[in-house]
Amino acid sequence: MAAGVATWLPFARAAAVGWLPLAKKTMPKPPVDKKSRSDEILIVNVSGLRFQTWKNTLDRYPDTLLGSSEKEFFYNEDTQEYFFDRDPEMFRHILNFYRTGKLHYPRQECIQAFDEELAFYGIVPDIIGDCCMEEYRDRKKENQERLAEDTEAEMATDVPLPPNSTPRERLWRAFENPHTSTMALVFYYVTGFFIAVSVIANVVETVPCRPPKGSVKDLPCGEKYSVAFFCMDTACVLIFTFEYLMRLFAAPSRCKFMRSVMSVIDVVAIMPYYIGLVMPENEDVSGAFVTLRVFRVFRIFKFSRHSQGLRILGYTLKSCASELGFLLFSLTMAIIIFATVMFYAEKGTKGTNFTSIPASFWYTIVTMTTLGYGDMVPNTIAGKIFGSICSLSGVLVIALPVPVIVSNFSRIYHQNQRADKMRAQQKVRLARIRMAKKGTTNAFLQYKEDGGLQDHDSDSAALCLKNRSSFEHQHHHLLHCLEKTTNHEFTDELTYSEMCMTESVGYRTSRSTSLSSQQVVSSSCCPRRAKRRAIRLANSTVSVSRGSVQELDTLQVLKSSAVPQSRSSLNARTEDLKLNCEQRDYTAAIISIPTPPANTPDESLPPSPAVPGILRNSRSISSFTHETVKISSL
Amino acid sequence: MGAVVGTLTMQTKQRQLSRDKVDDDLEMTMVCHRPEGLDQLEAQTNFNKRELQVLYRGFKNECPSGVVNEDTFKQIYSQFFPHGDASTYAHYLFNAFDSGHSGSIKFEDFVTALSILLRGSTREKLQWTFNLYDINRDGYINKEEMTDIVRAIYDMMGKYTYPALKTDAPKQHVDAFFQKMDKNRDGVVTLDEFLLSCQEDENIMRSLQLFENVI
Repeated sequence: MAAGVATWLPFARAAAVGWLPLAKKTMPKPPVDKKSRSDEILIVNVSGLRFQTWKNTLDRYPDTLLGSSEKEFFYNEDTQEYFFDRDPEMFRHILNFYRTGKLHYPRQECIQAFDEELAFYGIVPDIIGDCCMEEYRDRKKENQERLAEDTEAEMATDVPLPPNSTPRERLWRAFENPHTSTMALVFYYVTGFFIAVSVIANVVETVPCRPPKGSVKDLPCGEKYSVAFFCMDTACVLIFTFEYLMRLFAAPSRCKFMRSVMSVIDVVAIMPYYIGLVMPENEDVSGAFVTLRVFRVFRIFKFSRHSQGLRILGYTLKSCASELGFLLFSLTMAIIIFATVMFYAEKGTKGTNFTSIPASFWYTIVTMTTLGYGDMVPNTIAGKIFGSICSLSGVLVIALPVPVIVSNFSRIYHQNQRADKMRAQQKVRLARIRMAKKGTTNAFLQYKEDGGLQDHDSDSAALCLKNRSSFEHQHHHLLHCLEKTTNHEFTDELTYSEMCMTESVGYRTSRSTSLSSQQVVSSSCCPRRAKRRAIRLANSTVSVSRGSVQELDTLQVLKSSAVPQSRSSLNARTEDLKLNCEQRDYTAAIISIPTPPANTPDESLPPSPAVPGILRNSRSISSFTHETVKISSL
Repeated sequence: MGAVVGTLTMQTKQRQLSRDKVDDDLEMTMVCHRPEGLDQLEAQTNFNKRELQVLYRGFKNECPSGVVNEDTFKQIYSQFFPHGDASTYAHYLFNAFDSGHSGSIKFEDFVTALSILLRGSTREKLQWTFNLYDINRDGYINKEEMTDIVRAIYDMMGKYTYPALKTDAPKQHVDAFFQKMDKNRDGVVTLDEFLLSCQEDENIMRSLQLFENVI
């Protein structure tokens, strides 16, 4: 029930006294209201803006945040007020809802922000008042459409092909998105060129050329150079046929492809040629054959694959089908009416053009569309009057549905533009997200290198570590716990790929004591997902062990390309403060092979560990280049 | 020529009149009614200042112009009885509240009636009820008036009741009522008969006390 009705309840109950003399039975006992009746003023502090209201006002809607006991969670004992860290401007509307019972939508606010506020305060958006309902619904629908489009655009075309795609899939993809590969682009332009050539040839062959010697009459070029035109036609049709067959082959769903508009256009474009080949040079049939040649002009529609604007136009017409239908219907009605009137008005005139009602149709159409050829003109006064009424009404009837069509076109066009802009922005956004992600992963790896996993003795802890925020400390601790739980360690892409590569060469592990546990490593290469470990040496120097290092052919010193710095390191200006964390060029990442278990536990090496395996730099201060260093006979 | 001008001016005059009427209508809807002072109302009714404040705040919230017209009243009352049609009974109720017969209930009327119903003496309450039943205010309740009232009350129940409503249920109810109330069997119930009969009935007396603490 609406809020205000609650105020009238006492009155309604009082009015029940009027039933008492009529009552056949005794009245039930009234409910006892133990709550204190006195009303109090509550203070609601929203980001500094203080709102005050009666408690009763808020109690009107007990299933919202402010009306229920949920608001006690936000009660601040010190200041005796309810504090919400939300938008104060929006809160005004929320509170007005409690006061008036109607929720209004502020037009200048973003619909999503508004929805979020409503969700926070537990108000269902359905109670938006009638005055604002339409605007709210429209904006919401628009927003949802936009979101749907974005997800569609994301999922659609620009997704890179899965690596195991068949040639058929790749072919289809090349056809659908020509800009994915050079070959596709070339083919795209070639077909476009041939479409143009074919259309121009069709046009030019009807132009009259100078007649050949010995003849007076002008000849259309098509007949003069019939062989040349025929060859050109053949070439074009061959290309089109080839293209069509390739598309048919590559299409994931052949039935659906054959039913699509574009393929129908393709077929209609090339059929006349083949039918012409088959048909004999017969006089009777050539009439029909000429008709077929008209279909060659459909080749121009093949351009719609190349032009987005054409597609938009076609889509607009399709979506405006109802308006176009209405236009057609109303025009037909008007034509019939006026044609009838004109016919009867002009019936008396001698030698009139208006010989029948269907004959008057032509006059009506020409007049209504304000063409006015003048080949049929009324002569009687009545005819002229009705003729003028006809032309005036024609303008109206045609002008009415046109704005609707125009606005549809504009909307669809803008949608398309927006889709393109969205796609561009998505790329940037994704790149940024990827960088941020990399940053955070690298932050942890960095943290480990800097000895963060050690116990923090007060002096030895590097300054660079101290500069990390408490959030980061806790986050890293969490990641560390995860490592301990799974008995695996985090590493980055390069290390991982190298592990797979050099795994087969057979390196021994050695580890540093900075890593707490003895981690047994087993090897397997990436595809086989067995347990594997990459252990990092936290040690800075390229120390060469004289111990248990086995065959070491090359040490690949990989100076990785610039891995973007983590945000924290940038903020903390760690370049200046890194004392122990100076430019270490190498840290060792080691892979081990399944050595017999007896060996591994004994491999507790002194703090200057071995280096075999891959030395890598994961520091991201500057960009590096890839180098290979040969270290022999360690 | 003159005739033409004459008709033209007449037209404009008519338009002027209609415009004035429209302005008048606007003015009427803008009229705000303010109640008498708080002290006066406190003296006139059985409520204290605090209760009057609460009542007025609710009233003013619902009716910012300060008066309730019959349609709004019907709307509000109907919200409490969604099952059936409360409009007829609300009409009678409206007339009972609108003691000044002005066509709209002001805050004073509202509060006076509430004061009687909730804080008044038994006699006052019964008198108010008699006024409610006596639709034409002639001092007598006859069978037709009572039937109208009872039918209006039954209308509020709606269609789906248990046991199902029979068509002659109101009539039977009215007959029972008259049986009880009409002492001298003259077909009408006067105020004295009404008061006497109700005071004799224990149920009614007891029920009257139930609504004391509604506010």
